[in-house]
Amino acid sequence: MDFDLLDILTALFLTVGCFLGISGGVGLYRLPDFFSRQHATGVTDSACSFLILFALILQSGFTLVSVKLCFIFFFLVITSTTATHALAKSALHKGITPILGREDKR
Amino acid sequence: MYAAAALAILVVMALTLVRALVGPTAFDRLLAVNMFGTKTVLLIAVVGFMTDRPDFLDIAIVYALVNFLSTLAVLRFFERQLHEGSAPPEEE
Repeated sequence: MDFDLLDILTALFLTVGCFLGISGGVGLYRLPDFFSRQHATGVTDSACSFLILFALILQSGFTLVSVKLCFIFFFLVITSTTATHALAKSALHKGITPILGREDKR
Repeated sequence: MYAAAALAILVVMALTLVRALVGPTAFDRLLAVNMFGTKTVLLIAVVGFMTDRPDFLDIAIVYALVNFLSTLAVLRFFERQLHEGSAPPEEE
């Protein structure tokens, strides 16, 4: 039984990425208001995507495929942060305010 | 391995769709749709690796850009409605 170190690392990164993705999805479903849901989306948009893409890069090695994966990585870094910022800004403009503190301790 | 990852991403996409359908405000729906798009990019990449056809990555790149553009376009639509004084469509 010989295990390839790259395969083990790929499986590890995929597992952690999928766990973070599912936790972000559950957070998006269960958290109480818009801004906390945005936090849950941020977890999946950053950590989950990057870990999964990094696992795929580990599998493909130094090829054109890796370059394409790096491009996707780069686009996601730029676009998800911009979209998050624009969403939060326009939500504040519309007058949605974050929930501060718990109801009974306010 | 890739199949499990694809399955997990599909579960996340299902949760996101539920939020997009339930979401109290339009912004919640938009947030969910944006995240759905990101997960679609990841799903395309993982399925491409699963079936040994890495050409799928081109589609993933295009989808990432289109998803970003659509989110910004809808947001711009909302902002314009705000600036012109009429409130954006109220969600129940």
